[in-house]
Amino acid sequence: MNLDFSDDQKFLKEEARKFLEKENALARNRNVLENESHIDEELWKKIVALGWTGIRIPEEYGGLGLGHLELCVIAEELGRFLAPVPFSSSVYLFTEALIIYGSDEIKKELLPQLISGDAIGTIAVTEEFFAPIAENINVTCNNGKINGKKIAVPDAGIATHVIVVAKSNKGVSLNIVDLTSEGVSVEHQENIDESRGHFSITFDNVDSQLLGDAVSGWDLYETLINQAAVLFSYEQIGGSQAALDMAVNYAKERYAFGRPIGSYQAIKHKLADMYIALTLAKSNCYYAAWALSTNSSDLASASATARVSSTKAFQLCSKENIQTHGGNGFTWEYDCHMFYRRSKLLSLNLGSLSNWREKLVTSLEQSNIN
Amino acid sequence: MDFKDTQEEAKFRKKCRDWLEKNASPKDDSTPQNDDFANKDKMKAAKEWQKKKYDAGWAMLHWPKEYGGIGASSMERIIWANEESKFDVPKGIFEIGLGMCGPVMMEYATEEQKERYLPPMAEGKEIWCQLFSEPSAGSDVAGLRSKAVKDGDKWIINGQKVWTSGAHFSDFGILVVRHDPNIEKHKGMTFFFVDMKSPGIEVKPIKQITGGSSFNEVYFTDVEIPDSQRLGEIGDGWKVAITTLMNERLAVGDAGGADVEDAFRWAKNQDNLGEPLLNNSAARESIADWYCEKSGLKNTKLRTMSALSRGETPGPEASITKIVSAGKLQDIGNFGIDSLDMAGMLKTENDDIRGFQNAWLGAPGLRIAGGTDEILRNIIAERVLGLPQDPRADKGVAFKDIPSGNS
Repeated sequence: MNLDFSDDQKFLKEEARKFLEKENALARNRNVLENESHIDEELWKKIVALGWTGIRIPEEYGGLGLGHLELCVIAEELGRFLAPVPFSSSVYLFTEALIIYGSDEIKKELLPQLISGDAIGTIAVTEEFFAPIAENINVTCNNGKINGKKIAVPDAGIATHVIVVAKSNKGVSLNIVDLTSEGVSVEHQENIDESRGHFSITFDNVDSQLLGDAVSGWDLYETLINQAAVLFSYEQIGGSQAALDMAVNYAKERYAFGRPIGSYQAIKHKLADMYIALTLAKSNCYYAAWALSTNSSDLASASATARVSSTKAFQLCSKENIQTHGGNGFTWEYDCHMFYRRSKLLSLNLGSLSNWREKLVTSLEQSNIN
Repeated sequence: MDFKDTQEEAKFRKKCRDWLEKNASPKDDSTPQNDDFANKDKMKAAKEWQKKKYDAGWAMLHWPKEYGGIGASSMERIIWANEESKFDVPKGIFEIGLGMCGPVMMEYATEEQKERYLPPMAEGKEIWCQLFSEPSAGSDVAGLRSKAVKDGDKWIINGQKVWTSGAHFSDFGILVVRHDPNIEKHKGMTFFFVDMKSPGIEVKPIKQITGGSSFNEVYFTDVEIPDSQRLGEIGDGWKVAITTLMNERLAVGDAGGADVEDAFRWAKNQDNLGEPLLNNSAARESIADWYCEKSGLKNTKLRTMSALSRGETPGPEASITKIVSAGKLQDIGNFGIDSLDMAGMLKTENDDIRGFQNAWLGAPGLRIAGGTDEILRNIIAERVLGLPQDPRADKGVAFKDIPSGNS
């Protein structure tokens, strides 16, 4: 029985943590949030220099050729420090999509640029103020030309490339667009966590390159987010742990009625519940990481399980961290709100909690758990 | 990452399985487990099975070699329990003795006493129980009031114990009582073992809200215990008790009974307003959350086992097990009953419905036994997260002066 990371993977995690701590990633997040600069360029360059953008990219394209487990440990640490970089969009989604679906030509062209940070990718799915499904995609791709408008695209303002989920008369497809192309217009949309910008993209007859086939794009998208959900979950448990640690430390130091608030059971039980939610999520993440790294047949249910429990854990830990801090927790000055915001961003970026619960039950129906 | 046994573990598992296959029959999941040991035949079967295991060396794996065990590692105990659980064998009756009373005897009894009491305990000839809780000492076990008064080379015990599993069929018990109410609470206790057939001991079963009776009240009226049956020094009672309690909190783990698979299967077939219940979004949401809890506990256990398999001390993560599984059991029971609408009140022969009703009626007990939800949250907060203890009204005060309300 060995449901644990290897010593090398644990070492990588420790190094990642030390690096992000030394770089003061949390303070950088506040900076980006306050200036609405959407990325900390300096931190991004350092992350690129460490090779994290190429962890999963095969060596023949210049990457490190490591596995998903290495990516999981990095994700947990990025989540812990709320690193203000487009890692989730560019690495878990865009790069992974290229690794799985890209032709050799596309890989040769883009993977080296993604490793060096010259290219940053994201994915554009949503078009309306409700959840996207294959049937309500209206952005079109005909003869390689994209037309229409996507909204709430994370990191698009700093990205160089985007995967556009579009429809044609053949079906839904995934299409890569160079954001510097003629006919692309990217506009910032105000959002509740400006440490990571969200943007609308309008496409007016824009050239694209097909990723995968022209028919089964929605299935390819579903497979991609089932995988990415594991990595998002690791960011979520990293953030949950940081929020819990923050609440515990405050509860030990803050006095009310002559004693530390952490000595009151109302606070203790709240913090114990956060620990319980986090432990369940973390254990589910371990299993999902195994399922992802071995391409197990129960990846769909394993990733949805990790996703639902990590989303719940981060939502609970971030909101109760504010509550534990009392009035201070509601100030802009304290960091509590940054975790609260990020918990929402990470939970919505791949689709809502209720829709992931639905995915989980659907996967149970398909695998027939009894 | 993988889920395989190491070579040594695989070898040990095969040894367990080979023996079990020769000596027991595989479990048929369709027959509900009935562990009513008040039933004489059940008791006889349990004792025979224990004897069989004892003769073959499987009875108390974790005991040290000098007491007849094999000094098995935690991982080997898990493997044995895992394999044994696949067979239709009586379970549970000797665990308090082997898990809690045995280790206390090993540490505090004289050599002669160990020779006299440990082998029959291991063999299943003599059954042991644990006499700690009292009517006014539940979560606060150290608040116990049963009195021990020294009289020459014996002690006279008066008082009442409660929630004693198996007292009605036990031969011996371990007992903690107060020898001095005039000194501080935790210093005024002394620990003994007692012959349950001693004059003055009266055992009365407690009828639970399930209708069943797994526990007892045990009354002590001028019961005599020789001083030679004292375990530890006079005044060390709490120290001796706490080691036993730590074992109990580890032992009370996953709640059995209706689980998410049952709720899921039920929801597929149960009618709800003209469609399968599984089409109902509230039902789907609940099932998703229970599945996450169930998987979370299972994977937590696998993480703990991974550490044990490497010979490391596991982290504190297993401390969440009972709190999560008992709450889940109660909610799933409630879900099943609720799905029957008005007819959910009715008792039936349907195994699924009975499963939900039993879960709902039994879960309140699981949320209390072996540490209430509230005590377990305190433990997580204080021992895992390092939060300070509550200020206490019972520190540095003579026991008799501690406020006790009307109880």
